[in-house]
Amino acid sequence: MRLRIGTWTWVAALAAGVVLVSVSVVSTQQPAARAYRAPRAPDGHPNLNGIWQAMNTAHWDIEAHSAGPSAVRDLGAAGAVPAGLGVVEGGELPYRPEALTKKKENLADRLKLDPEIKCYLPGVPRATYMPFPFQIIQGGEHVMLVHEFAGAVRTVYMTNQTEAPADSWMGWSNGRWEGESLVVDTRGFNDLSWFDRAGNFHSDALHVVERFTPRSADTLLYEATIEDPKVFTRPWKMSMPLYRRVEANAQILEFRCVEFVEDLMYGHLRKEPRKQ
Amino acid sequence: MSCRLGIVSAAMLVSGIAALAGHAALAGQAPPAQSATPRAVSGATPARAWVQPRTPDGQPDLQGFWSNSTYVPLERPNAVTKAFYTPEEAAAIRKAAASREQAQTAPGTVDDVHYDFSQFGLDRSQAAQAPNLRTSLIIDPPDGKIPPMTEDGRRRVAEREAATKGVGRWDSAESNQLDDRCLIMAGAGPPMMDAAYNSNYHIVQAPGYVMILTEMIHDVRVIPLDGRAAPSERVRQWMGTSRGRWEGDTLVVETTNFNGKNPFRNSSERMRVTERFRRVSDQVILYGFTIDDPSTWTRPWTAEMPMQKTTGPLFEHACHEGNFGLYNTLVGARLEEQRAAEAARTPKK
Repeated sequence: MRLRIGTWTWVAALAAGVVLVSVSVVSTQQPAARAYRAPRAPDGHPNLNGIWQAMNTAHWDIEAHSAGPSAVRDLGAAGAVPAGLGVVEGGELPYRPEALTKKKENLADRLKLDPEIKCYLPGVPRATYMPFPFQIIQGGEHVMLVHEFAGAVRTVYMTNQTEAPADSWMGWSNGRWEGESLVVDTRGFNDLSWFDRAGNFHSDALHVVERFTPRSADTLLYEATIEDPKVFTRPWKMSMPLYRRVEANAQILEFRCVEFVEDLMYGHLRKEPRKQ
Repeated sequence: MSCRLGIVSAAMLVSGIAALAGHAALAGQAPPAQSATPRAVSGATPARAWVQPRTPDGQPDLQGFWSNSTYVPLERPNAVTKAFYTPEEAAAIRKAAASREQAQTAPGTVDDVHYDFSQFGLDRSQAAQAPNLRTSLIIDPPDGKIPPMTEDGRRRVAEREAATKGVGRWDSAESNQLDDRCLIMAGAGPPMMDAAYNSNYHIVQAPGYVMILTEMIHDVRVIPLDGRAAPSERVRQWMGTSRGRWEGDTLVVETTNFNGKNPFRNSSERMRVTERFRRVSDQVILYGFTIDDPSTWTRPWTAEMPMQKTTGPLFEHACHEGNFGLYNTLVGARLEEQRAAEAARTPKK
């Protein structure tokens, strides 16, 4: 009996391994099966409605990386960085030399500088692949992207498109349908959000063009082309699959993290030291 | 931003008054005595046949930008004994209220530079505001007042007051108000109450879901319409968890699972809010809510208000990210304490 369980465990582990490897390959190398035609929403456009989530380690580092220790000693293995094969096409980010220096400084001082730690709005494309679900609500005039992290919301204007009226964390998004893809063109960013926990960053010249393309009933191909001449020498692209949260009761829950960071941000300004 | 909304809103207001001329309850004719269904409220003969707009999948179309800004108080003022004002009375009250808001900042003062209510559109009179002749938002009980509290409710109020006794507002971030902490606006709800300004909402519908985005602190509810049950009682949220369904052309949303940390009028975390949204014209959604919290009030109570169509868009309200006010008040409070302590040590001459 023990032997049998052991054998099945091996088979399962191997199968899981094959799946994981193929997922990794798909995420960076192969375009989705273009032949897939998505079910239609009532208005005739591909139906992207649903709750979606990335399943990779891009939120730690969009570039390929080895596993690494936690930045907070007390978190031990729970805070350690899982390895990742990267989601950047071509492998490496085309930083300008001075920007690469800043990226390294960001990483070295991440606990102080990473906007995620302060519960700031995550920006784009970071919001898409944080380890939290987001929901697409596909109205006719507006496609909404509602993220669990910090309750970040993006409005994609499908009609009445204008230039960004002001800089913002989540940018100003205009969208259009191209065949099976929802294409979202976003500008008007501030220079305060990052791409990941590894200090990869952008300036207020950031321009993101995202493509959300159904690749099967329960997966989307997510591609984002990044242009930021102040930080990068050329445009570059990331891609990854997004997975539908298929649980019947899946929903976006509150992650109102402001109260979780108040002691971190303002604790030194308390009248009385915090009671432990 | 507010300025821009304000200018737009003034135009919306004028068109709103015209569009609402036919609504009985809102115009004060034949006021329903009891908790009115939206149909009863909108039951006056409209000037022309109005067809309920629908989404491609057939839901009544509530989509767009709406405002619930109002000068009508939740509870009827003590001196008022009727349920509706005349249009003249309502206009006078509105004018006086707007001027009180604008008078909050005197021209040429520091306050004025910070918050000029008239310039930045912060007074409600510059918002898109549906005309409403009601003397209170509460329509049931008929006296327009929140019903008496239960013993449990009174005890909870006393406990909450005791817990904050001796705690200064600026002793720590946590002792400050929720809105100053950018956690949530007091009126974010549900139920959705108007805020002092930016009382704007964006509704988007997709098959099986209605999303309601509040401008302030980008508070958002994604409401499933598939009949699913509320989650485990262990899941507690600031805005609760909402479940919706269509009853005819009325969207009914039931919300439970509150965390009790932003109590609506001293409610408990066991409050159940039932909201009703019914579009009654191109310009107006009639919004009603019933509060059922037997541990706080002796009976359920119901309020109703029109939401006025306004023009978008909503801008990103990154409150926490730019919360210099909280930081600066804490720094200032510690500095004042330090100076006071130094003054106490310095021998008086």
